Amino acid sequence: MLIACFAAMASVSAAAQAPAAPTPRFVVVLDAAHGGTDSGGHSGSWTEKSFTLALSVRLRSLLTARGISVVTTRESDATLLTERRTEIANHANAQACLDLHASLSGQGIHLFASSLAPAAPARFEPWRTAQAASITHSLALAGVLNAALQHASMSVTLGRTALPAVDSMTCPAVAVEIAPEATGARPQGESATDSLNDPAYQARVAEALAAALVEWRAEAGHLGGSQP
Amino acid sequence: MIPRYQTILFFVLLAASIIMGALLWQLRNREHQRLLQGEQTTPTKAPEVAKAEQATLMVANDSDDSLSTRALSLPLPPSPGERARAILGRLLDLYAASDAAHPVPGGAASIAQVFLLPVPTAGSASGAASQTENNPPAAEMAVVNFNGSFASNHPSGIETESLTVLSICATLHANFPRITEVRFLVDGQEHETLAGHADLTRTYLTTEALPAQGAAQ
Repeated sequence: MLIACFAAMASVSAAAQAPAAPTPRFVVVLDAAHGGTDSGGHSGSWTEKSFTLALSVRLRSLLTARGISVVTTRESDATLLTERRTEIANHANAQACLDLHASLSGQGIHLFASSLAPAAPARFEPWRTAQAASITHSLALAGVLNAALQHASMSVTLGRTALPAVDSMTCPAVAVEIAPEATGARPQGESATDSLNDPAYQARVAEALAAALVEWRAEAGHLGGSQP
Repeated sequence: MIPRYQTILFFVLLAASIIMGALLWQLRNREHQRLLQGEQTTPTKAPEVAKAEQATLMVANDSDDSLSTRALSLPLPPSPGERARAILGRLLDLYAASDAAHPVPGGAASIAQVFLLPVPTAGSASGAASQTENNPPAAEMAVVNFNGSFASNHPSGIETESLTVLSICATLHANFPRITEVRFLVDGQEHETLAGHADLTRTYLTTEALPAQGAAQ
């Protein structure tokens, strides 16, 4: 009788103390590729590592202003191993991971999801193919990014490729490569480097990516999961 | 008055000189003929030129991230590895042209070697064990060895590096359907990436490079 009484009291107490279901925190990881001794692509004074860091900082500001939690892999010109980047992204339990790159080749924005074949989630994912369990979500995220960038009148190409950093991420992950604007869209005589250095172009890209991630958050909320 | 024996001696010596001169002339002619006969006077044999054959190149285009098929005729050596190298060399020559849609410097000299190896099957410890002259391996792996200058001069970027890798895989598969896997080396060593992005430590399946499933979407 005494035990039953204690049990009843405990259950009432637990019910009273149980907090309401927490709103899932929406986290975005921004990985500014290269850095430190690894300059990435370069031409004259332009370096990929500086471009991606500047884009990451700009995008972080835009996302934070929209109430999105942002985790960045680097905030300065630091050398970072691929494994460390992936570790930061996987520990953040993020709903979207963007691997930011830039290139003087091609034109417009290139979106790449991992080329791994989809696989069912497992308790322990192999490090080099951890992305396989999230590839469906990554392709959906690439679709949302594509729509937002096209809405901003940018030329976009979608593809799949093998990138060690993305292949090891457990979040929906897309590599975003910013290339110079299409020749017809930029002022005559403007070089590829000038196009990438154009602050207006950088701002449009960052705004479009931020809009896409806001849309992705809405889809995540609609689907009710921490990772849509 | 000249003594008679001296006159006789003179004519004998004169006759001997004439005979010896004639003999010398004859020997000289004979030797000349012998030398002429020993000399190879037939024209030099022309070098053998490999027969021109049809080859298919999967050519990358940076502007739309695509691979397109281009058929052409080019002389190909008989050895499969050398054939593969010649075909890939032609592909890289296209990329080295000034008006290339996928500009990559280097050209044909960028490929040091191409090795074709049997892919080990489940039933055999080594694919080579079951391979015979009349029974070629069902599947082969191509190992493409780039020169270091190719990797160091390749434009940096996910798209451009992926297109180079995928176009090589697709070109190999189009000309050698038995090639199902491709690996890349730089100066004979494993290299982490091509120019900072495309992963060269993994084995690429040629099916990944097919336009419908690969980067070209």
